[in-house]
Amino acid sequence: MTHKVHIKTINKKPLSQTIKTGGCGECQTSCQSACKTSCTVGNQVCQK
Amino acid sequence: MKADFSLIHKFAMGGCFIVMDINSGAVHEVSKTAWDFLQAWEEAGGDSKQARLELRKSYEAGELQLVQDELQSLIDEGMLFGDDREIQNYRAESASYVKALCLHAAHDCNMRCRYCFAGTGDFGGRRALMDLETGIQALEFLFAASGPRRHVEVDYFGGEPLLNFPVVKQLIQYGKTRSVQLGKVLKQTLTTNGLLLDQEVSDYLNSEGISLVLSLDGRPAVNDAMRPLKGGAGSYEHILPKLKKLVESRHGTNYYVRGTYTHANLDFSQDVLHMVEQGFREVSVEPVVADSREYYALHEEDLPVLEKEYEKLAQAWLNYRENGKGFNFFHFNIDLDHGPCLPKRLSGCGAGHEYLAVSPEGNLYPCHQFVGKEEFKVGNVQDGITEGSWGKKFKGAHVLNKEACRVCWARFYCSGGCHANAFNFNRDITIPYKLGCRLEKKRLECAVYLQVKSYEDRAED
Repeated sequence: MTHKVHIKTINKKPLSQTIKTGGCGECQTSCQSACKTSCTVGNQVCQK
Repeated sequence: MKADFSLIHKFAMGGCFIVMDINSGAVHEVSKTAWDFLQAWEEAGGDSKQARLELRKSYEAGELQLVQDELQSLIDEGMLFGDDREIQNYRAESASYVKALCLHAAHDCNMRCRYCFAGTGDFGGRRALMDLETGIQALEFLFAASGPRRHVEVDYFGGEPLLNFPVVKQLIQYGKTRSVQLGKVLKQTLTTNGLLLDQEVSDYLNSEGISLVLSLDGRPAVNDAMRPLKGGAGSYEHILPKLKKLVESRHGTNYYVRGTYTHANLDFSQDVLHMVEQGFREVSVEPVVADSREYYALHEEDLPVLEKEYEKLAQAWLNYRENGKGFNFFHFNIDLDHGPCLPKRLSGCGAGHEYLAVSPEGNLYPCHQFVGKEEFKVGNVQDGITEGSWGKKFKGAHVLNKEACRVCWARFYCSGGCHANAFNFNRDITIPYKLGCRLEKKRLECAVYLQVKSYEDRAED
């Protein structure tokens, strides 16, 4: 990735790549802990 | 260079200009010049030449060229206007494994919360406690139905599960022993209103490492208006000392204090901060989901106020962190590098196929919000899943199969929202609850903004 003056990219791992690496199914179900009314999968962290 | 702006989402918050690339998941903070370029580019229908002509009044040609080169470099790296070819070709694993149960240990409650979706604890049926045998059958069902999955979860829920504490205790022990025998990792959670948290109960839950979700709505008047005791008196003064003591006794770990906000406290950021000031560092506050005829229901006209509240809360989150009093607000938790994989984001909350709820009688439902809706019954703990078609329907109700989600920038973060809300409002699990979507998107913008600010801070250190 070349140095940029006008753009800072915050995250380094493209989501689309996780199609190949993910899917182990070991993560927590997303409505099971602190929400229980508003499913938000993005708030979770991968268990790997 | 032509561009399809439906592939990105851009927003400004707190002086930051943020661009999210929907399919790659990349998040970029851009300069004001790049932001203006993108705006002009979009207004020019994706024609960059036209955009540059427009901007020549305000910017030097060389600067605009640099911006365009940097954007092009991101496009080449697949991090801007990324397409979804790989995602469209993805096929989910056909087998389904139930890996989490919401165990309704008690369909009874010692409180009378006005917004309770469980009908003050009984879920529209008779008041009942789960017996030990049914609970054990539920756990055995989970261990068998989880197949190759090692990590499994149980949430002891209600009503108020501590009304059935002797059984809950035995189930916790049973689950612990059996999971070890079977080589499973069992996470056990209990959701409680806190009224019955005495020394003995607290010591037990701490010693067993049970994660706790503790209900409290915030400021005393706000909490008491919605969360009265059975006799109608406020619950705040009874509950707060118990929750504080419990959280201290577990050294501030392994818990969430969880509240609900309603039309009666649209300034809910004050309630979050009130709880933080009481010493709680793990807080989740959720919008109420209620029939629109209820006086406490949220309405579309509340949205501008609520969206501002989330922004206020995000600023407060930053201020508290700067002052060494940082806290976690559940909906602002987002890990851009180690978040869930795309397959997980396409499986959504898992209700109906990975996650089921068990009534005190042992009947299985797609999730806790469907308990009592007999048409959604999927089986029971003795016979297992007898209505497999529901599982397929829920599994298929993911963002790529829902019209409104397919074109929504937030689709890979919220994963399609709550099926129960969709059903309650639209009688169709594939049509998301619109008001919930708006709030979800605002929360996500705030969460991403906080990640950008955190990135800036790390870069400065």
